[in-house]
Amino acid sequence: MVVKASQDDPEKARRFREAALPYLDDAYTLARYLLRDAADAEDAVQECYLRAYKHFDSYRGPAMKPWLFAILRNVCRAEYARRKTAPTAVEELPEGGDQTPMWNEAPETPEKQMLRRFDGDTVRKLVAALAEPFRETFVLREIQNLSYREIADVAAVPVGTVMSRLARARAMLRSAWLAEQEQAK
Amino acid sequence: MTCEEAEVLVHALIDGELDAGHAREVEAHIEGCAHCAALMKEYQEIRQAIAESDVSYKAPLELRRKIEKALPQQQAAPSRRSVLRGFAMGSAVSAMAATGLIAIVLRNDDEQRIENEVVSAHLRSLQAGHLIDVVSTDQHTVKPWFNGKLDVSPPVIDLTAQGFTLIGGRLDYVNAREIGAVVYKRRQHVINLFVAQTANTERKPAKVSTLQGFNIRRWSDRGLNYWAVSDLGADELTEFGDKFESAMRANKEG
Ligand SMILES: [Zn+2]
Repeated sequence: MVVKASQDDPEKARRFREAALPYLDDAYTLARYLLRDAADAEDAVQECYLRAYKHFDSYRGPAMKPWLFAILRNVCRAEYARRKTAPTAVEELPEGGDQTPMWNEAPETPEKQMLRRFDGDTVRKLVAALAEPFRETFVLREIQNLSYREIADVAAVPVGTVMSRLARARAMLRSAWLAEQEQAK
Repeated sequence: MTCEEAEVLVHALIDGELDAGHAREVEAHIEGCAHCAALMKEYQEIRQAIAESDVSYKAPLELRRKIEKALPQQQAAPSRRSVLRGFAMGSAVSAMAATGLIAIVLRNDDEQRIENEVVSAHLRSLQAGHLIDVVSTDQHTVKPWFNGKLDVSPPVIDLTAQGFTLIGGRLDYVNAREIGAVVYKRRQHVINLFVAQTANTERKPAKVSTLQGFNIRRWSDRGLNYWAVSDLGADELTEFGDKFESAMRANKEG
């Protein structure tokens, strides 16, 4: 990855570093959850920063974090597409997967006792097991703390879709949480 | 409002995304519906559990390095040459030059930028799970951990007796280079002590400044630049730096 001479502007690079590099861990976290693979996540983030730098001249906002995430998401989608054609493709929900009735209607009766606390690894595993596009929405909200509006911009969907995806993501996570709790007994 | 509607809108309520009118409607439903109230409580508990557990990842240093390498560098060739000249002149540093060490040169106009970067690094480190790569209160564990990871290992000094607990060390990235950070705590306040090599062996007395609400105590001694960053008050951070410097002097004499 080499930046062309025309891009070779130290002042631009300095501004870009200051604006974008503080979000490197956040971008890497998002890529890990979207791609569920450490090496692919690393490649995707590197590609994201390269693209972001190229387009940095035209950057006028929004906030840097969602702007980077929108680029990263596109890089990750290209990676999904590549995997689908590869023999060992990871199965992802097709576009419009929202409509698949995988949310088991109304959630079961809430538990009487407190929910169990799990260690970080277990929580990561539960989140990573969520199906797309619910995982993406969930991670942007709960781990990256983006607003619904920002999530809508990153995922290029209406805010209403963000709301319904998030509701289903949390319902699915809750079921998984309770199942894990049952198993750990 | 039906339960079905409430089960979707409750999330926006939890997230503080509902306008006042809708928020009141959902709250009214929840007051009269034990099922939705219990669900909301569970969602809040899960949310709290996630916020408190370490679910984010830290970007590998190698990734940071690759991205840095792809960006045009600010440290132009001339300054690199002046470093080498510096090496050739100073007797103490010429030994370092012989081992192929590269020093960080600070131009005056770079200082502000680097202080910005140091504060960013401090902020990054405060995110869950990012503070420490090697966890130890023992200087004899932290010090060797840096060996081989950096050109020059930062001095690691136990200041527990002086009221600053050593809690570990970390590799960080400042001024487009890897840099060592030694981490201390006083009460609940974290102090990151960033240490970078410099070609200039002249001792520079401490300067305290404030940036984005953090205090920075910066000084140079025997070829190393130091930045102590913390949300501690300037007086306590100054005390930290003084204790550190006198411990360094004691080490040298002892
Ligand atoms: Zn209800």
